[in-house]
Amino acid sequence: MAEQMAPAPGAHLPPGTRAPDFTLPATPDQRLSLAEMRGHPVILAFYPADWSPVCGDEVSLFNEVLPEFHRFGAQLVGISTDGVWCHAAFAAERKLHFPLLADFEPKGEVARRYGVYRAAEGVADRALFVIDAEGVIRWSYVSPLGINPGADGILEALEQLSPQTHAEGAAA
Amino acid sequence: MTHGIPPIAADDHVLGPSDAPVTLVEYGDYQCPYCGEAYPILKAVQQEMGSRLRFVFRNFPLVDMHVHARRAAQLAEAAADAGVFWPAHDMLFENQDALDDRSLAHYGDRLGLDRAALVSAFAGRYDDKIERDFIGGIRGGVNGTPSLFINGLRYEGPRDVESIVAALRDSAGRVAQPAL
Repeated sequence: MAEQMAPAPGAHLPPGTRAPDFTLPATPDQRLSLAEMRGHPVILAFYPADWSPVCGDEVSLFNEVLPEFHRFGAQLVGISTDGVWCHAAFAAERKLHFPLLADFEPKGEVARRYGVYRAAEGVADRALFVIDAEGVIRWSYVSPLGINPGADGILEALEQLSPQTHAEGAAA
Repeated sequence: MTHGIPPIAADDHVLGPSDAPVTLVEYGDYQCPYCGEAYPILKAVQQEMGSRLRFVFRNFPLVDMHVHARRAAQLAEAAADAGVFWPAHDMLFENQDALDDRSLAHYGDRLGLDRAALVSAFAGRYDDKIERDFIGGIRGGVNGTPSLFINGLRYEGPRDVESIVAALRDSAGRVAQPAL
């Protein structure tokens, strides 16, 4: 399977692909699987590392935009190869209101399945996937490692996913 | 991919003539240290450009990271209602290390705002406007603060006076002399 190979840059799973399921630790004693989130759009935000400056900006930004993601009924999860305790400290320090999943063992396996593992560095790419309520990837984007991608692409993808939901949310 | 930032509206905070050939929009957070660093630079840029520049400040408070950012923005909006937005904006950036509630109340007094106006601002009177600024920025591709836009286009260059002025002049020149 493609899983065994380090994906070439640009090999991330494209729109139209069924999102590979996974179960990863969200806290030291809780695990979260993609299948559990079925029925709502899901935003997967892969990033290289907790604590690095750009990642910090990116997760902090997404944290602030969370209410807007929620208006679309979407759930956001962050994924990196950091371990659960590292995530816990990082999330507490940044007051994050969304889960960070630890793609820690086997290292980067989920990132590999999505085609966004950087084998040379041993970290995930800075990659975004918007998955619809049925579990199909509808938008994906890989940003240069050092660049915070912002949230406009995600919002646009969510808008296209469910214009109706958005209209209802806006009216509420 | 991006929508672009919203056009300049009646409730925007604007310095400089509406027919200036170039408009610089800053998305900023009063508690963000990088916005604090940019503050004197943008002042110098405005000085340099004079009436050829229209400068606009929009709110982009990162409230989970900066505990005083929301209230600072609320104070500035209350000041705008009283016609003293820019003195408030400057006071906040010049006192970035003291933005706790007591300090904000003190700035409110110095700006001549009555306490009731501040209380109502802190209770959320201007939150819609602050939120609109924020969401407009997000949709336009703002990914952190400060984010600068020159005639609607994201400025990614170095944040020193010379570079920004050069970019503004370049943009103004293109407006004044459209390519044939």
